[in-house]
Amino acid sequence: MSKHSTPSFTVVRPGNPGEQPTTPTGIAHRGGAMNPSVEALRARFGSAIGRAEVVWGDTTVYVDRTKVAEVAAWLQGDPDQSYEMLVDVTAVEYRDAMRAIEVVWHIRSLKFRRFLRLKAELPKDGKTPLSVPSVWGVWKAADWMERECYDMFGIEFTGHPDLRRILMWEQYKEGYPLRKDFPMRGRFSRSEQLRQALAANPEARYSKEELSIADAFEDLPLDMRRRLGGGEQTGE
Amino acid sequence: MPTMTDKRTIEVALSTTGLGPDGKPQRIPLGAEGLMSPHAPAEPEFEGEHMLINIGPQHPATHGVLRLVLELDGETVVRCIPHVGYLHCGFEKIGEYRQYNQIIPWTDREDYLNSLGNNIAYALGAERLFGIEITERCKVLRVIGMELSRIISHLVWLGTTCIDIGAFTPFLWSFQERENVYNLLERWTGARLTTSGARVGGMIADVPEGWTDQLRHFIDTFPKTLDQVERMLNKNAIWVGRTVGLGVMTPQEALNYGLTGPMLRASGVAYDVRKDFPYLDYETYDFDVPVGTNGDVYDRFLVRQEELRQSVRILDQALKRLPDGPVNVDDPRVILPPKSKATSEMESMIHHFKLVMEGPRPPIGEVYVPIESPKGEKGYYFVSDGTAKPVRWRIRPPSFVNLSAIPKMVEGHLLSDVIAINASIDIVMGEIDR
Amino acid sequence: MGLITQPDPATAVSYNPQSQEGWITTRLDFLVNWGRANSLWPMPFGTACCAIEFMATAASKFDLARFGMERMSFSPRQSDVLICAGRVPFKLAPVLRRIYQQMHQPKWVISMGACASSGGMFDSYAVAQGIDTIIPVDVYVPGCPPRPEGLIYGIMMLQKKVMQERMSNESLRDEFIADPTSQLYIPPSRIDELSEPFGNSVHQTRSAP
Repeated sequence: MSKHSTPSFTVVRPGNPGEQPTTPTGIAHRGGAMNPSVEALRARFGSAIGRAEVVWGDTTVYVDRTKVAEVAAWLQGDPDQSYEMLVDVTAVEYRDAMRAIEVVWHIRSLKFRRFLRLKAELPKDGKTPLSVPSVWGVWKAADWMERECYDMFGIEFTGHPDLRRILMWEQYKEGYPLRKDFPMRGRFSRSEQLRQALAANPEARYSKEELSIADAFEDLPLDMRRRLGGGEQTGE
Repeated sequence: MPTMTDKRTIEVALSTTGLGPDGKPQRIPLGAEGLMSPHAPAEPEFEGEHMLINIGPQHPATHGVLRLVLELDGETVVRCIPHVGYLHCGFEKIGEYRQYNQIIPWTDREDYLNSLGNNIAYALGAERLFGIEITERCKVLRVIGMELSRIISHLVWLGTTCIDIGAFTPFLWSFQERENVYNLLERWTGARLTTSGARVGGMIADVPEGWTDQLRHFIDTFPKTLDQVERMLNKNAIWVGRTVGLGVMTPQEALNYGLTGPMLRASGVAYDVRKDFPYLDYETYDFDVPVGTNGDVYDRFLVRQEELRQSVRILDQALKRLPDGPVNVDDPRVILPPKSKATSEMESMIHHFKLVMEGPRPPIGEVYVPIESPKGEKGYYFVSDGTAKPVRWRIRPPSFVNLSAIPKMVEGHLLSDVIAINASIDIVMGEIDR
Repeated sequence: MGLITQPDPATAVSYNPQSQEGWITTRLDFLVNWGRANSLWPMPFGTACCAIEFMATAASKFDLARFGMERMSFSPRQSDVLICAGRVPFKLAPVLRRIYQQMHQPKWVISMGACASSGGMFDSYAVAQGIDTIIPVDVYVPGCPPRPEGLIYGIMMLQKKVMQERMSNESLRDEFIADPTSQLYIPPSRIDELSEPFGNSVHQTRSAP
């Protein structure tokens, strides 16, 4: 089954030929060289690109939340941008209740040694849905990171193949933990939290989908089939 | 006196519920088209009869509480569904309730194998947020700390990978070497494992007397253990047979899946944060970064082994150039006044009081400073609103992203290979689940 | 022996040091306890940093093998002591309880570290505040993580506890389910009320300054 190839590795000094990058010093709080991708983005997408700022050396650019997938695809595919790596997907909710929730993407171009922060604002005005397009189609790395963002904030990533909770159990009823209205110790009392956690049925270890893979649904004991067939989720 | 009928649980109208609009979280069945490529069955006469087994969360070889559900066709893995979250403790939530210096013990506990490295990564990010430049001595001490941390993390990886694949002795060798580093760390920071060694603007303390001699002794004796391990494993037929050709990721796949660190370098992509986005003057140190060719488990093993040697090289240079001077920067916004002044002068006492009770306050802004942790690209993303506690403290977890590629890596391999591949990713559940 | 809801009053406290138990029984007690205490096979339920210190304790420098813990049993069916090393979030709680239930009697539990004993520094929505809310614990080892010497001290304390067991104590191995009609029962709501003032200082539960 395993391919037998001659093992080998080379010790190289990586990096682009040209200037050797150095440790940045004396970075200004604001102002400073903006990432050239911002200009290119404005030229390409026009009004979908909002304001851009440079804070402590990092460029942040605001993008219209409906256009994120196209922007991401262009940034990854265009040979002059070449952002091959998705570093992080996360969200920020501010203490000021008037401010929008911001979804943040950190992307990196290894070819040009650039770093860019994309942000999409989701105002809490009751009219904007709490959802942004998924960038899973562009970078597979977004898979689990978007699931975590959904789990912690409740932000829906449209187009994600399997958006479900990843860190908390699926039947978690208390809410979305990293929201600012969620208290640190949770909403329920400690004994209630423990009761809910221990209520997970240890026999119902697998989800219906997982069992259907193995065509094992027919072989399960009758009571388990009844439970799972009745829509009981395992809570995993 | 409250009676038993008084309600003590708080009932809040939830602004967000845990369930979607249809009452369930949105999900697409796992058999969805395009999600996983179809796999040709290895045993045609049993075609269609796949077995579902569950590894974990309590299992000796899952390096923590990881749960893998495997769909097997005989012994060949057709599909792997990992479940994480069994160690989720709410680090990022807690970080919003703590001052900047108070968060440092939490950075120890998430990637607990690389505690001092995490502390320093945190301090680098926080210092960028505050706009502080650290002293020269602090920079070199931090390089020493990061490389020591890298060594102990790779030693745990080495020991546990060897146990997983079947070789028990290197575990004892690597833990014996770890004890030597533990002695160093304990003398410097006071703790063996969870060091909390960095502060915003400096370190917990300067290194004590005689510490540099002990470090010199370690640098001189450690490569012997590496030679021992190399002699035992590198050309060993069993080892090579069990690791070559396993869990291959092509460079394009590796980049797309967001892999970083030795996982990415073993696949042939020469990306190391120390070289490409340097910090702590790493560009002035003379070291190489090993890059593999095949992207299999054996290459990852070789890459990490060579990284251990390179870390010793960096330690050697850092120790030679360690300058004198203060460790902490002389910035009253973040550094406490000396105790003798704080107990005698009123201004210093008030200064001390404000810094301890309220905490240092950075200007409004946000930073993300990545470093090269032994697992990959690690960084802390801070968002500050000018108060003493961050609005958002995000940990970019390299193991989390590396692990998300495991379904891709184990497809088509045997059950025992799953354990070897899992070991080669070098995961730390504390960092994955936070 | 086994799962019962209420202790039988006749056997509830059945250890009588004055009883004429006999020389043979006391020697047998000693032999059985000596055998059990010196060959405790641990089941390392290691989750986080304490698991690394547990591994270090099992390694060459501190060597748990000299205490009889040579064989780390990762199967609950073949182990004696569950050493819970590390923090236990609520998602892991049913797993821990299940593992404990799968262990055969006689079994003991060591809670290693601050997080297993009381939730440690993680007073948050996700972490069980001590594994004694999930399973009964025999020895608590404080520390974050405890030094190997600390863990060894805890193990020796467990060995002393094992040596003090007596066969005549018939209720020793009973596992109780909480009985709401017992006068010792405290309802969860009352427990919440009692524990409300405790926990971290108010200062540390405020997000804004």
